[in-house]
Amino acid sequence: MYNVTINGKSIQVAEGATILDAARQAGISIPTLCFLEHRAPLGACRVCVVEVEGARTLQAACATPVTDNMVVNTNSRRARQSRRTVIDLLLSEHEGNCQYCDRSVDCELKEIAHDLTIEAPEFEGERIPTVLDTSTAALVRDSGKCIKCRRCVTVCNEVQQIGALFPQYRGYDTVVGPAFAMDLDSVACVQCGQCAAVCPVGAISEVGHIEGVWRALDDPEKHVVVQTAPAVRAALGECFGYEPGTLVTGKMVSALREIGFHAVFDTNFTADLTIIEEGTELLMRLKTALTGKAEGYHGPSALPQFTSCSPGWIQFAEYFYPEMLPNLSTCKSPQQMFGALAKTYYAEQAGVDPEKMVVVSVMPCTAKKFEAGRDEMNASGYRDVDYVLTTRELGRMIASAGIDFRSLPDDEMDAPMGLSSGAADIFANSGGVMEAALRTAWELVTGRELPTENLHVEPVAGLVGIKEASLVVTDPLPDWSFLDGVELKVAVAHGLGNTAHLIKEIKSGRREYHFVEIMTCPGGCIGGGGQPRMTTDEIRQKRIAAIYREDEGKDLRKSHLNPQITEIYERYLKAPLGERSHHLLHTKYAARPVT
Amino acid sequence: MVRQNTQCAEEVDQVKLSELDRFIDDSRDVKGLLIPALQRAQELFGYLPDAVIRHISGRLDIPFSEVAGVVTFYSFFSTVPRGEHVIRVCLGTACYVRGGQEVLTALRHELGIEVGQTTEDRRFSLEIGRCFGACGLAPVVMVDDDVHQRVKPARIRELLASYREEAHGAQELEADLVPEGAAE
Repeated sequence: MYNVTINGKSIQVAEGATILDAARQAGISIPTLCFLEHRAPLGACRVCVVEVEGARTLQAACATPVTDNMVVNTNSRRARQSRRTVIDLLLSEHEGNCQYCDRSVDCELKEIAHDLTIEAPEFEGERIPTVLDTSTAALVRDSGKCIKCRRCVTVCNEVQQIGALFPQYRGYDTVVGPAFAMDLDSVACVQCGQCAAVCPVGAISEVGHIEGVWRALDDPEKHVVVQTAPAVRAALGECFGYEPGTLVTGKMVSALREIGFHAVFDTNFTADLTIIEEGTELLMRLKTALTGKAEGYHGPSALPQFTSCSPGWIQFAEYFYPEMLPNLSTCKSPQQMFGALAKTYYAEQAGVDPEKMVVVSVMPCTAKKFEAGRDEMNASGYRDVDYVLTTRELGRMIASAGIDFRSLPDDEMDAPMGLSSGAADIFANSGGVMEAALRTAWELVTGRELPTENLHVEPVAGLVGIKEASLVVTDPLPDWSFLDGVELKVAVAHGLGNTAHLIKEIKSGRREYHFVEIMTCPGGCIGGGGQPRMTTDEIRQKRIAAIYREDEGKDLRKSHLNPQITEIYERYLKAPLGERSHHLLHTKYAARPVT
Repeated sequence: MVRQNTQCAEEVDQVKLSELDRFIDDSRDVKGLLIPALQRAQELFGYLPDAVIRHISGRLDIPFSEVAGVVTFYSFFSTVPRGEHVIRVCLGTACYVRGGQEVLTALRHELGIEVGQTTEDRRFSLEIGRCFGACGLAPVVMVDDDVHQRVKPARIRELLASYREEAHGAQELEADLVPEGAAE
């Protein structure tokens, strides 16, 4: 431990800590722009400069390790003035368009400028030209707003290991973006939106669907239904001042009704359905692998089977690992299963012309906007999902509708696609799809409940990048006798960097699994690119805990016991992997050229 | 879908490309191989065609955007074909202070082109540099690999003369030479 004095306060700081760590420990806040937790500091923005006794120049707090007996002043006149100059210079180039910017309420640059009482421009000069990149379905980039902090570069290269974004050119002409400042669709971007999630200003945001949704709602001819992903209910409250990790499921349903949706459904319902379809697919693949054939099953048999709920991961595999595509579950994501069933099964039941139906999803995700637009996603005969709102966009819609969210009563989702098990809720968390699948698959195979504490599969939960677990099957039911004594091995990865690492292990033969869950974003969907900003690990943990609370609070915790699922198979789908399922709920993938 | 850059369709000289590959293979253990690989590529092709940049990105397993970031950062690298002789005027601090800008103006007038352009006869390309590490000799102009020190704007024509006088035939001969070790 080192003795450090910050602003006259003496504290003990661990060796290896930075001045920024020490200040936070002492309860002293230093503004930062380029800094990202758990990432090597860049020291690029210089906003965090502080005065260190004995040092000739000011030091970047994020990048300077503490030394024993260091004396730091974060609040000297010199430090304050320098910080101000840094922000003044950024503001002088920043084409913020603040009065219209979607970040006007949570812009970090604006907030720091406000705190430093910068009230008039100090420097007048050239401004960065605004070039809008609207080339992708999910993301909009605005070069004029970019302050070159490079958080997006760090996330894209280090966390996701995609490398779509990098600083191009130099000095004043620097553009943070794809190669040669081309549009995003010219490189292998998976549209996960983690760049948008960490951008401190309005330089990267989602493609807005709010106006399209209002137009549909205002059209008396249209029947507008909405589905909400499980991760939304654990984060939407943050848009209305609730503590991260507050569950607002009931209020969210009320708000959606007040906005005017004709039916409020749950993506959870099709998450339960995914478990049935994907679980059956896994058992069929296992049967093919272990016995040589599975009667009546014509799908792929490659193992391990990978989950397919996360559209960023799907694009990642299509771009970088086309040889793994036979391993991806053929199941569509719950969002797309919902769309396909809303315009067929529900339309039939409700007597609504599917042509006049508009399906809106609320997702924690930007890549879902891309997914909804994929050419093949029209199994119903129409575009299965018409609009995708992020959690943030729904927050804005609720506000613009003049709804006092905090005073709303709790309401419940509609039948026949609104009931879900706790297994569906946990789809929001890394490890959740695996746990949900095991709850059902184990019971189908053995006739007994998953023999783990409170039905949780502890080893695959939490924020560790790659997690694994194994279960030995004992006393299976006669149909599954080929699994007797088999050690089922599973793995879970979240974040595409971890995913790339796991795939490398699998391809090299160093690791063998039967089933692998992949989620594109760190922490899973609760940390999605469309969630309220800023998502830190602390907030991820709180949202994860909220989702587990939602699961544990339900009597119904296994997908196969959901009565609406039983009903849809009886009335419509008939059997898992059956002909209708094949047509509506399953899909194909194709390799995409990287360059 | 991935948009195909128009330059991508450009034919790349396969002999030169395998020369580049050999360079990369031979330098496997070199740390920070990207810049040497780009330098070698520019040496071979005269500039960095899009397809070659993508090739290097693939060979070194470095994202295309990162490779492009490096290419666009250094004024040394060019993504457009250049003239026989590349003139680089240093505008680093020392050269700037000692009249680099005036030297550049004189060159622009003499050649009738702007920075980044090539003369119509494809003899000269004009570029600026940010310090060649020869500040004591400022202002400095580099023509290809020749360093010209303490350049005076009034003597620009004289400086160019030697490059203009080179027998054109000799140039062609040189260009036709097969790169070392390329013939198998």
